[in-house]
Amino acid sequence: MSAPASAAATELGTSLKTSSGKTFGRRARLAFYNRTFKAICVVCAVFVCIILFSILFLMGRTGILTFEYVSPMEFFFSTEWVPENEQYGAFIFIFGTFALTALTMLIAMPISILIAVFLAEVTPPWLRAVLRPVLDLLVGIPSVVYGFLGMTLLIPLLRDVTGTTMGDGLLAAAIVLTIMVLPTISRISDDAITAVPKKYRDASYALGGTRFQTTFKVVLPAARSGIMYAGILGMARAIGETMAVVMVIGNTPQLANSLLKPTSVLTSNIVMQIANVPFDSTWNYALYLMGFLLLVISLLMIVLIRFMQRKGVQR
Amino acid sequence: MSAGVQQSPRPFASSRKSGNRLKNNLFTGLVWTVGICTIIFIIGLLFLILEKGMPKLSIDFLLGLPDEIMEGGGIGPALFNSFYVLIISLVISIPLGMAAGIYLSEFAPDNKFIGFLRVCVEGLASVPSIIFGLFGIVLFVEAFDIGLTIIGGAVSLAFLNLPVLTRVTEEAIRAVPQEMKHASFALGGTHLQTIRRVLIPVALNGIITGICLVAGRAFGESAVIILTAGVTTSGVMWDFNLLSPGETLAVHLWYVQSEAIVPDAVEIAEKSAAVLVFIVLLINLLFRIPLWLNARKMR
Repeated sequence: MSAPASAAATELGTSLKTSSGKTFGRRARLAFYNRTFKAICVVCAVFVCIILFSILFLMGRTGILTFEYVSPMEFFFSTEWVPENEQYGAFIFIFGTFALTALTMLIAMPISILIAVFLAEVTPPWLRAVLRPVLDLLVGIPSVVYGFLGMTLLIPLLRDVTGTTMGDGLLAAAIVLTIMVLPTISRISDDAITAVPKKYRDASYALGGTRFQTTFKVVLPAARSGIMYAGILGMARAIGETMAVVMVIGNTPQLANSLLKPTSVLTSNIVMQIANVPFDSTWNYALYLMGFLLLVISLLMIVLIRFMQRKGVQR
Repeated sequence: MSAGVQQSPRPFASSRKSGNRLKNNLFTGLVWTVGICTIIFIIGLLFLILEKGMPKLSIDFLLGLPDEIMEGGGIGPALFNSFYVLIISLVISIPLGMAAGIYLSEFAPDNKFIGFLRVCVEGLASVPSIIFGLFGIVLFVEAFDIGLTIIGGAVSLAFLNLPVLTRVTEEAIRAVPQEMKHASFALGGTHLQTIRRVLIPVALNGIITGICLVAGRAFGESAVIILTAGVTTSGVMWDFNLLSPGETLAVHLWYVQSEAIVPDAVEIAEKSAAVLVFIVLLINLLFRIPLWLNARKMR
């Protein structure tokens, strides 16, 4: 963003520091503090680095061990997950994760964009000043609480409405996840819409555009990259959400060919099974490989965001 | 477009205009309804939780020991563990994360590796929390062989918080206007003095918002705790031993709701959920009140 400016400032800082580097008294002390502080910062940064890379490395290494016993074809495309029988096909969970995320985004995106438009364009300022902090608070509500709500309120409701016996499944999980990601997506989209320069709107209104036209033809296209960013962030959250999903998805390894059929996704399967397996078993390696898959998916999303931002800046 | 409207014969113009007005009104109405309804719906859900659980709370429940079979179990150890784990994880992650953030924003050279590192930090800030749980298992259960413990859970949580804190600090410090920094240098301030007296105070708003976000997340986090600290407590109140199992309140809520066989499980779950929501809201509010006061003073 302001990389050259800050680089110049850093240079300025160092040049000042070296110029005050006399070997006695207060100056020496200050220089010493400066150097120590910088050293501490460097050590911390290196430590953070080591942790981050060891997570990547350990997850990858443990996961890759799976392929000594199971072929990649079987792992990615077989639907037979029977660890007791040495069958490790994770297709059900991978498909479940993607289906759940897609369904969640399908419900959440339109509503979030409407809420964002509502917050940024339509509300009177006093209401906006109340609602924004409220939404910020909602972002912090623990996922387990949403899972609890889904389990106690939503699933009985779904049973009544649809007449199924269980009620668990993709639909219930997608609704719970939607409620969870709504505040995140709408707040970031709201910021993106607010950041659209006022002159765009003025120009549109001056041409006789109504609010509807201005919003859909001018403001939303201008805020597109910010809204995409919000969407991807929400998606990352939906993919990685564990406990809320565990409580409403049913945790049964069967392919989700219906919205109301109990199934399982990557995260829920990991958390339900990891406690019961010995560490040096193929089963455990397979679970770690599933975790590594999640890691790779979410890192790819972040790279995508970066890529989009760079493109946005260039334009 | 509007020029076209003006040139066309009147009847068309008016019908188009009224069509536009109708669309516009419909749109405004839709946005108001969806916006208000959704927000009221979500807030209503939270109120429902608080309303169901809060009136039934008692000191006995908050500090009492949980019971596997009999009615009337409390959440004391779980509640205590929640705070204990939260504090340990913050004590580890705040200094590390802030120092790394300061390094990235102030000292780091502008090269490819640092750019790569930034992407990594940003990536890990939004990686699913369960990954950190799996990492915690590898580190504490396998490598150190200490089993499911409070310290394992707390350190894994700290790792979960680290990237977020690093990123928040870096961005907050970068957002400080360059003029302020230059003014401090011009007055003869050293780099450390500039960071301590100018950059951090100005960026404090952003940093504290980040910390309270992280604290709320850590307090409610359950996947990491289940994997690294287990679903049981030591069964004793005020157990400061770092090596005892450390089930937290969020985990307890899940456990009671889905696994427990206690007859009053529903009531315990309702009350636990209320306590959980209440404390998370409190953490968010308490951290923000000084900021609001500060903002008012600055104005």
